[in-house]
Amino acid sequence: MNVAVRAMPGRGRLALAILAGMAAAVPALAATDVRLDPFDPDLTDKPSLQRGMALFANYCLGCHSLKFQRYERTADDLGIPHDVALRNLIFTGQAIGGLMETSMPAEGAKNWFGVPPPDLTMVDRVRGTAWVYNMLKGFYVDEKRPFGVNNRVFENIAMPHVLIGLQGVPEVECRGKKAANILADRSRILEKDPAARRVREDNCSWTRVVPGTGAYSAAEFDQAAKDIANFLHYVGDPGRLERRRIGYWVLGFLAGLFVLATLLNREYWKDVH
Amino acid sequence: MAESPPLRPVGPRRPIRRLIAWVDERFPLTETVEAHATKYHAPKNFNFWYYFGVLATVVLGMQLLTGVWLTMSYVPSAEEAFASVEYIMRDVEYGHIIRYLHSTGASAFFVVVYLHMFRGLAYGSYRKPRELVWLIGMAIFLTLMAEGFFGYLLPWGNMSYWGAQVIVSLVGAVPFVGADLMEWVRGDYLMSGITLNRFFALHVVALPLALVGLVFVHIVALHRVGSNNPDGVEIKDNKDEHGVPVDGIPFHPYYTVHDFQATVGFLFVFCAVVFFAPEMFGYFLEKPNFEQADPLKTPDLIAPVWYYTPFYSMLRATTFPLFGLEARFWGLVVMVAAILMPAVLPWLDRSPVKSIRYKGLASKVMLAAFVASVFVLGYLGTVHTTPLTTALAQVFTAIYFAYFLLMPWYTRVEKTKKPPERLT
Amino acid sequence: MSDDEDAAEVREDGVGRRYLLIASTSAVTAVGAMGAAVPFVKSWLPSAKARAAGAPERVDIARLRAGELLKPMPTWRGQPVFVVGRTAVDIEALARAKDGLADPASDNEAKQPAYAQNPYRSRKPEIGVFLGLCTHLGCSPKEKNEEQMRELDTGWEGGGFYCPCHGSRFDLAGRVVKGVPAPDNLQVPPHSYLSDTEIIIGVDEETA
Ligand code: HEC
Ligand code: HEM
Repeated sequence: MNVAVRAMPGRGRLALAILAGMAAAVPALAATDVRLDPFDPDLTDKPSLQRGMALFANYCLGCHSLKFQRYERTADDLGIPHDVALRNLIFTGQAIGGLMETSMPAEGAKNWFGVPPPDLTMVDRVRGTAWVYNMLKGFYVDEKRPFGVNNRVFENIAMPHVLIGLQGVPEVECRGKKAANILADRSRILEKDPAARRVREDNCSWTRVVPGTGAYSAAEFDQAAKDIANFLHYVGDPGRLERRRIGYWVLGFLAGLFVLATLLNREYWKDVH
Repeated sequence: MAESPPLRPVGPRRPIRRLIAWVDERFPLTETVEAHATKYHAPKNFNFWYYFGVLATVVLGMQLLTGVWLTMSYVPSAEEAFASVEYIMRDVEYGHIIRYLHSTGASAFFVVVYLHMFRGLAYGSYRKPRELVWLIGMAIFLTLMAEGFFGYLLPWGNMSYWGAQVIVSLVGAVPFVGADLMEWVRGDYLMSGITLNRFFALHVVALPLALVGLVFVHIVALHRVGSNNPDGVEIKDNKDEHGVPVDGIPFHPYYTVHDFQATVGFLFVFCAVVFFAPEMFGYFLEKPNFEQADPLKTPDLIAPVWYYTPFYSMLRATTFPLFGLEARFWGLVVMVAAILMPAVLPWLDRSPVKSIRYKGLASKVMLAAFVASVFVLGYLGTVHTTPLTTALAQVFTAIYFAYFLLMPWYTRVEKTKKPPERLT
Repeated sequence: MSDDEDAAEVREDGVGRRYLLIASTSAVTAVGAMGAAVPFVKSWLPSAKARAAGAPERVDIARLRAGELLKPMPTWRGQPVFVVGRTAVDIEALARAKDGLADPASDNEAKQPAYAQNPYRSRKPEIGVFLGLCTHLGCSPKEKNEEQMRELDTGWEGGGFYCPCHGSRFDLAGRVVKGVPAPDNLQVPPHSYLSDTEIIIGVDEETA
């Protein structure tokens, strides 16, 4: 099973205590004008999608379901043989044709985090493509939060930084001060002057981690975040590539038919003109 | 080449001719084909704007086909509607293409119908003797708006839910009975599966039937009076010795091949959207609708789909109470009035000419202002309101209505050009 | 070809370019219409959900006893599966050739897998696995013992299956007798043995 879930229960209880008090105060989502680094998904990059699926299965599926998507379809689209998928990616004992459900009971989840981890099948479509990538890279240390981290794009997120073992501890600093302090209370800053917050964020070292705490280098972690985001982009609408493939044929055909229709029309209208 | 003898069509072969004769004795087949196609004469000067009636018919057919197919896998219940749409998107073979044909088709329908209606405004197609064609068209337009509204609830996404919530709450603004009316429409104290089920019945059975029927009578009425044209000159006023309009040409084959070409061109653009940009950057499919309806969480911004936004803007721009009735009620009145306004056009236009080509400057300016107001209001309906946008929306609402309400005046006082005797 | 020549040619015979264009446009449109029909036709195929529900089923046969039908009845793709335990007497009776059978040899590859092309129509003589649907019109035949079968067919040996809809009769190898409406023997679904006490229905290979 995955790291995140194993680490959960102890912290979960803490979360329960803290979140119970503040659940009402947590805004659904911080302001819409967060700076997002550009991210271009590439559905033809099968290795990236495969890595993304593996990372997702190992680090996320314990909490988040992809409950509209099936393993079999995903494996087929991504070029993963069924036996490999069954052995390495399906931890719930489901059959290959099953939906990518999480093993976590929804009720327990709600108690641990205050919010049940949402289904992520279409998070990419709801939030926009760059969002997951930026969220995964947006964690920073903030002792005041139940899981010890906050998030730049998803303020006061009720999710632990599950990739911390890969990224390392993100001790983000802004002009020598801890990000948690300088970005604190940003809703107030935002209200007064949205630009101020951006200026503050721009002064922060978002890629900084405590040396030696992460298994991945900065570039590798960036790639991992991209792979997961790419995978979730695929899952959001798995038919895109098929439509693109068919679409070229359809448009080509219609273009040809249009030429014929034009000739036919012109032929008849010779009578009129 | 104009003086060359007409081509001798190659007729059907003998057994087929006998079959047709057999049918003709029992059903007016040849008669109908002649009356509405081969001997139905249309003006020879149709331009770009005359494609959209046919295209609307094509889209209607497409919506019926894809709609029936979607109904085969869709489940109209609050618990399963959202999941069943994703089931169509993922598990049903080619389901995603069928669904996007339908969702894009809805927007395409409004694109072509709005252009079709604009053509009517520009060339005075609503005027005598085409008042009924125009009024039936208005009935189609209203039915279409209802069809789109009911259909939008079906995926049971969060925008479906809250959009419908807002619109249904509008009837709550009706004085005295509003609250009861709202419960009656929903069949519940909130938007629920019960509401979904009745909307489903209306969307897949009742309104499509009404649309098909209305389109049929629309065309029957049109063929009684004949089409208008970009010059706004009646071709029936100028007939040859056989009673055939001099400036008319048989609908078939000339306009069938013409419309066929347009249909293929339209399908090219349409398929480009379906296959490569079905969300149309959030205009055709809105982002919050990829999230299941949540009665506890309103999306950050409630914006209807683009085709309703001009009217939605007017609703929001009505911010002041009047005669002791709340602003909400007047918003509803303004919106309904704006939607119905075009219906009275046949009696507002006093110009001696029909087509904008021969009308005066005032008409041209007003038509341009009207189009601009629809675009501006349409845009404003998709963004958050600020005092500035509200003020803008109020100004453009005034312009929208001015186009109609001032028409009896400006069409009479302006100087018009004399239309040609024959079509140009 | 200049326009004038072209027009002259058309006028002469009433066919030519115009009819060529009509024919080619119609033909291409017809092709397009067929292409457009593909998604609509294919969308009626079993969906991924149906396929997942119809995935191979593992069946525990430890509780199967000779002379009995496995109960509760297992299903595959939602359809009843007869798993028959046969006694030594049954096996001996099946092995004897019968002239009353419509297709005693059962050697049609399309109707049963190669491993069922034997007198028992099964991988193991003592266990038979059949799709429990009559090959006539799809009713599910009833299991009958020898006595009950004899009431229907006096010369009957051993147990068998009797279809209540139109009276077709099958022996314990699922073979249909002559003179009844069912045209074929009961279908043998692809299946294999995972162990002595477990079979998987829907997979032909031993490696499943
Ligand atoms: C320990 C459980 C847990 C794990 C493991 C986990 N998450 Fe989360 N996640 C949550 C919770 C709880 C929330 C809800 C946060 C909130 O609403 O404040 C959440 C929210 C999110 C969101 C925001 C959803 C939205 O509404 O926009 C995204 C995206 C996300 N997680 C992605 C991931 C990814 C990718 C992984 C794997 C790398 C992952 N999560 C692993 C618990 C988890
Ligand atoms: C389902 C939607 C509709 C369909 C399928 C449809 C179909 C058609 C068709 C096929 C024609 C003849 C071709 C043409 O002139 O372009 C036509 C003409 C016309 N339609 Fe529609 N129509 C629809 C909606 C409307 C609406 C909403 C209006 C206006 C309120 C309208 C008003 C007219 C008028 C006035 C004409 C005659 C135009 C002229 O002769 O200049 N129609 N319609």
